[in-house]
Amino acid sequence: MENATPKATPTAKAIALEDATVAFRVADARVYTAVEKANLAVADGEFVAIVGPTGCGKSTLLNVAAGLLKPAAGSVRIFEQPLTGLNRQAGYLFQADALFPWKTALDNVAIGLEVAGAPRAHALERAQGWLASVGLGGFANRYPHMLSGGQRKRVGLAQVLIRDPKILLMDEPFGPLDAQTRQIMGNLLLELWTTDRKAVLFVTHDLEEAIALADRVVIMSAGPGARIIGDWRVPLARPRDIFEVRLDREFHALHREIWAVLKDEVMKGYTQSSQVAEAG
Amino acid sequence: MSRASLLALQLMVAVVALALWQLLASVPLFGKVWLPPFFFSNPVDVASQIVKWFSTGTIWKHLLITLWESILAFAIGSLGGVLVGFWFARQPMVAAVFDPYVKMANALPRVVLAPIFTLWLGLGIWSKVALGVTLVFFIVFFNVYQGVKEVSQTVRDNARMLGMNERQLMRHVYWPSALSWMFSSLHTSVGFAVVGAVVGEYLGSAAGLGYLIQQAEGVFDVAGVFAGMFVLSAFVILIDIGVTLVERRLLVWRPAAAEHRD
Repeated sequence: MENATPKATPTAKAIALEDATVAFRVADARVYTAVEKANLAVADGEFVAIVGPTGCGKSTLLNVAAGLLKPAAGSVRIFEQPLTGLNRQAGYLFQADALFPWKTALDNVAIGLEVAGAPRAHALERAQGWLASVGLGGFANRYPHMLSGGQRKRVGLAQVLIRDPKILLMDEPFGPLDAQTRQIMGNLLLELWTTDRKAVLFVTHDLEEAIALADRVVIMSAGPGARIIGDWRVPLARPRDIFEVRLDREFHALHREIWAVLKDEVMKGYTQSSQVAEAG
Repeated sequence: MSRASLLALQLMVAVVALALWQLLASVPLFGKVWLPPFFFSNPVDVASQIVKWFSTGTIWKHLLITLWESILAFAIGSLGGVLVGFWFARQPMVAAVFDPYVKMANALPRVVLAPIFTLWLGLGIWSKVALGVTLVFFIVFFNVYQGVKEVSQTVRDNARMLGMNERQLMRHVYWPSALSWMFSSLHTSVGFAVVGAVVGEYLGSAAGLGYLIQQAEGVFDVAGVFAGMFVLSAFVILIDIGVTLVERRLLVWRPAAAEHRD
């Protein structure tokens, strides 16, 4: 087993969280500490997946890296620079539907370039190209409500990637999709990622998905005060096919090893959330 | 049911109702006329009144006046509602301060304002426009306010992560959302613009459909009152069809389920 502390990488760090603590003010002036002293580094070009039980603060960590949340303590560095305000180098693929419902698929994809000042004709042309590369070339004039869940995720992916961010933050992006569509989306993501290896921070609750996609799998403990409790390198060769890789022996060995650690946390998280439900 | 048979049934309702009306108003049943013509007139008289209005052309002036008042009330009320709605939604402090007064003004039955407007603005069209504006304004205002407030946190975060500044957020996120809410209440606000105009005319004016009905009532011309009502209904239905056409064009991005509303 590889040890549980993040290793220093020779390449530049795209994201570096140091002792990041995130707290929220809740009712009765109490403070809820979601994440406690998290240390996490993502190297440039590295694909890191965070796995943890429900409600452990995985998304919180992602929001910190995006600059949408400010940590109460600790530091966030993006390409060795301290992060102030929004993370301009990052693209964010949200779990919930984040497309603009009043824009067509094409306009949804083009908007990122338009607001950056690109001429509209140019932006639309590029957007059409991106729609084609996520397999939706014929759906340019559809509005989001006319697309299926998987198609909306594809548009979302194109919307984020067209801006060519150096970092990709993904918050259970394929969570709401059915199992087959998830695998297809996973393969599409890997295919697009292979062409220009961005740094990826991918949050999921699905350990299999994490191992199949990532270079490194990071495990978080159950909240409150969630911490990073494990860090594994995935030894599987690239390019990978998500359907095939699940049959690999190494895949199973690693899955068993990580699950042994994760299981306890999942049970802890489950008991806590059911207690909260009973109390509330 | 097919479209044709539905239409046939709908027509039948009108024919039966009119026939009954005509019958009960002209033929004694069990030794008594159930709808005395003085109080109820009859369809033939009402129809001939309508035909007379249109053939002599006197009705057009009144229709145009009412239409013009409705349009002005709708335009001014909507503009005010959009501006104030946006302002309040983006400045929670302002919204909080004015909240009780907005509620108070909205709770007031607008008819009682009519005499004030007549005093201030005279018997011409502007007192009717003002009455319509007070009705339209609040509908548009509440919808725009809600539209700006209801933009989901995820969509807002996404917009910011895609690099939008405040001005671009306004244009690409808040504005379309507010407009969609406003258009979803288009039927109501246009309807209220007409209500404002007609009620205003009824309470004191020199022209318009409301004036026509009020004049007929003043001389116990029941046929004239009914004729005015029928012309008014047709007028409102035509406007409503127009609104539906506009709405179909502007809200193409909406899921079909959202279009089923009154």
